[in-house]
Amino acid sequence: MLRAVGRIIKISGPVVQAEGALGFEMHELAMVGNEELIGEVVRIEGDIITVQVYEDTTGLKLGEPVKGSGMPLAVELGPGLVNNIFDGIQRPLTVIRDITGDFVKRGVKATALPRDKKWHFTPLKKIGDYARPGEFLGKVQETPLIEHRILVPPNREGRVEFIAEEGCYTVEDVIAKLSFEGRTYELKMYHRWPVRRPRPYIERYEPSEPLITGQRIIDMLFPVAKGGAVAIPGGFGTGKTITSHQLAAWSDANVIIYIGCGERGNEMTEVLISFPELKDPRTGRPLMERTILIANTSNMPVAAREASIYTGVTIAEYFRDMGYNVAIMADSTSRWAEALREIAGRLEEMPAEEGYPSYLASRLGEFYERAGRVKTLSGLYGSVTLIGAVSPPGGDFSEPVTVHTKRFVRAFWALDSALASMRHYPAINWLISYSEYVDYVEKWWNERTNGRWKGMRLKALEILKKEDELKEIIRLVGVESLPEEEKLILETARLLREGFLQQNAYDPIDTYSSPEKQFKLLDAILKFHEIALRSISKGIITSKIASLPSIADLVRARMNIPNEKIEDIDAIIERIESEIKSLGGA
Amino acid sequence: MSMEYRSIQKISGPLIFVEGVSGVGYYELVEIRDGEGNLRKGRVLEINRNIAVVEVFEGTTGLSTTSTTVRFLGRPLTIPLSTEMLGRIFNGIGEPIDGGPPPITEDYRDVNGLPMNPYSRDYPTKFIQTGVSAIDGMNTLVRGQKLPLFSGSGLPHNLLATQIARQATIVGEEEGFAVIFVAMGIKHDEAAFFKKSFEESGVLKNAALFLNLADDPPVERLVTPRCALTLAEYLAFEQDMHILVILTDMTNYAEALREISAAREEVPSRKGYPGYMYSDLASIYERAGRIRGRKGSITQMPVLTMPNDDITHPIPDLTGYITEGQIVLDRDLHRRGIYPPINVLPSLSRLMKDGIGKGKTREDHGPVASQLYAAYARAQELRMLSTIIGEEGLTERDRLYLRFGDAFEKRFISQSVNENRSLEITLNIAWELLSIFPDSELTRIPERIIKLYKRS
Ligand SMILES: Nc1ncnc2c1ncn2[C@@H]1O[C@H](COP(=O)(O)OP(=O)(O)OP(=O)(O)O)[C@@H](O)[C@H]1O
Ligand SMILES: [Mg+2]
Repeated sequence: MLRAVGRIIKISGPVVQAEGALGFEMHELAMVGNEELIGEVVRIEGDIITVQVYEDTTGLKLGEPVKGSGMPLAVELGPGLVNNIFDGIQRPLTVIRDITGDFVKRGVKATALPRDKKWHFTPLKKIGDYARPGEFLGKVQETPLIEHRILVPPNREGRVEFIAEEGCYTVEDVIAKLSFEGRTYELKMYHRWPVRRPRPYIERYEPSEPLITGQRIIDMLFPVAKGGAVAIPGGFGTGKTITSHQLAAWSDANVIIYIGCGERGNEMTEVLISFPELKDPRTGRPLMERTILIANTSNMPVAAREASIYTGVTIAEYFRDMGYNVAIMADSTSRWAEALREIAGRLEEMPAEEGYPSYLASRLGEFYERAGRVKTLSGLYGSVTLIGAVSPPGGDFSEPVTVHTKRFVRAFWALDSALASMRHYPAINWLISYSEYVDYVEKWWNERTNGRWKGMRLKALEILKKEDELKEIIRLVGVESLPEEEKLILETARLLREGFLQQNAYDPIDTYSSPEKQFKLLDAILKFHEIALRSISKGIITSKIASLPSIADLVRARMNIPNEKIEDIDAIIERIESEIKSLGGA
Repeated sequence: MSMEYRSIQKISGPLIFVEGVSGVGYYELVEIRDGEGNLRKGRVLEINRNIAVVEVFEGTTGLSTTSTTVRFLGRPLTIPLSTEMLGRIFNGIGEPIDGGPPPITEDYRDVNGLPMNPYSRDYPTKFIQTGVSAIDGMNTLVRGQKLPLFSGSGLPHNLLATQIARQATIVGEEEGFAVIFVAMGIKHDEAAFFKKSFEESGVLKNAALFLNLADDPPVERLVTPRCALTLAEYLAFEQDMHILVILTDMTNYAEALREISAAREEVPSRKGYPGYMYSDLASIYERAGRIRGRKGSITQMPVLTMPNDDITHPIPDLTGYITEGQIVLDRDLHRRGIYPPINVLPSLSRLMKDGIGKGKTREDHGPVASQLYAAYARAQELRMLSTIIGEEGLTERDRLYLRFGDAFEKRFISQSVNENRSLEITLNIAWELLSIFPDSELTRIPERIIKLYKRS
């Protein structure tokens, strides 16, 4: 086939222009220069095209060719995705390492999915069946955790003329033939899909089930629903990455996609080292068996950072289409926005706020819209939950990326430098964070907590809010002049902060709290509050209660009591009750 | 071989615009000859139609559109590499300036380096003892980490950096350690201070110095750290050495970056710094690390002075977003005569958790650090409060925290410039300080560990 060709007339960082380039399409994949660097057409004016190049352009020369590929930038979707690490344009970093060694060189050609590996395929259709778009042709057990369902591509359908027998095949083997309107189409175990086009589904549903993360402040106070969209904004070192890692590790999603977008190489290494060791609390299998990593670290080419987000979300939609709940963490969406800004600047586009292009908001909107709970083409429920870290300059939440992101997400976990510097982790500020998913997940929680979840949640928030107000007063008059009830609020708030909200990601017990443990811990602290309040009315002073020996046990319970032994929390609260009794209260 | 152009169309700040070029490569090295025949070096920043935009490392003073000629060398800026470079002094683009001969080698490498494949990285886990309690005890440095000093003008960051360079050891390992010192726009006497201090401590023979000083051309600063890190990568990953790279002052570096950006009339982001400053800084800082299957390592300690002591200024801000923590020096502590004036609260070592604990340092290390943080944060909060309402307004328990705060600064943070504390000593001081609290206050430490270590 004849492909369009142009000649380079301008090179500015990752942006290249070529002239004489007739016949290119917008967003077409292009091969740039003699080394055939990978790029994408981002602007066409007459016979001049502008290409953003996904690899380092050092040494590229004027006059070298830019060749079209006839295809848009797309990902390969099929077995071989899970338990793998890709760069921003879906080249496996393992393969790149085999080819260029420990440092990434340019011009590497590597297919996303291994071509030589054989997968055990089990057909789910027979000859004569009609196969609609998105239906399952068969399945492959990709890892012990993931049954990879082989889909009819969304733009194909037809009568099954041939389907491979159960057996081992590579992704290049033809496993089915469909006839449609007189033509026959050969299908393999994988297909391509353009990254910038959302994959179709039948219908969107409201979210209804929480994504259980095992993180107390999230699940109990600011929950996210499966199919929801959340932002985690925070200045440097406040805990965006650790929170994202925690979610990747412990969320009850079927598939996790972790995008390291313009962040540190060591953070990807950390996942690569720890996830094969960590066990999924529900299945006992290594977490890597359900995880896909996408890495464009901060020193890798900036244009590929822009693409990495789309690569990730397209893969997520693909697993959603198999009927799975998928969760994506994008750390950090600010780096993606900055990549947009850099490219826009080099295209000499008119800047809007802080140099960002005017389409920043719409791009963010389009991205977060790809989250959702849907009825898939095959008629199942599936969901994509999007969790985006935001890195505001100077930790200032009034900057454009944070502000625009807020319009498109429905939960906001605001990380706070002051909490982080006190080593209160996760440093999620309970006064300014919010979740609009509370009403959606209330039913789920209430069914499991005798209808008490919502009330307890409100009570905890109220005490914390009250503490904040009291702190203002203390600043003027000191603690001693407060009435005993208010001193108790301070004590209970301290227990909430230290014994419930704080959660140490590195403590083997504390790192994951089952929903039952979360509920019990919160219940115990609120019970303490009730008992103490009654005793105060009998004239016992708060400072006596606060120095009871068992209070420290309640604070330490999150680390001392494993998910399997939560009855021990009852014992603590009983001890506290009897200690208070011996003071003459309760 | 290569064409000589006389077609400089425009000179603007550190940039020259050369017209009518063909076959020029992006980022290639350029040789510029001024009217008197002196050579300068530069680099292609952009090519548009037949115009190449070139940044001149030595600056454009004395260049003209009539008598200056330009040659494109068809290769990127490279430096020669050899182990002989230890013990030597180079200028900002890697040429020897100590009067000695150029290093003998066939090995030339592009100073820009290549991004390390994240899949090839090995996670840093080896504790480096710096002998400084605030670092070892609470913000532990590990081999292969990038941990900057955030300072302010007039604060003793140079003193601290040399103390660390002098004292840094892996307990039980001595060999294969070298320092690469990178000066960007610092004063002559500061550079002399570093040199003298390396000399006295015997580090100098195992050190390479790359000097771009205050009166050297600012644009050259953009390549100085890259030359140095290219040598660091060679020594670490091909010669199995452990390299500590000290980069000072990154603020001067960032200013040079801003100057180029302004000359190119680019759309700025915050405070006039270019939108790509994050990626640019990352291309320096991410060159720290370790590689699986190789012995050596690169540990980076960049130093920067925060303009107006403002940690939210783009230079510390973007640095903090890339490095693996930061050590923050504090003017108030300095005024009160505390050396090193490290404010531990905004300081952080993100790699600490993997370098400490049972089998690495001590099992109580992590919990003790965490408890010190909690107690000192509380003390600071109460200090503020007591200045308003007086100590009488505080509870008994609160007054304990105030006492702790003072003792912590005087006994734990404060130490002398020559005091090299073992981790054992650091942790023992910590326990002494924590022992003023009843056990029930030490909720970040497991009871078992309290029983083992706390003295009553
Ligand atoms: N839940 C947690 N438990 C224990 N430590 C935590 C927790 N959350 C954060 N931390 C601590 O905070 C440090 C910084 O966290 P993290 O790397 O996630 O910050 P970040 O917001 O991603 O910063 P940056 O924007 O610079 O990438 C961690 O290295 C860790 O020491
Ligand atoms: Mg992070």
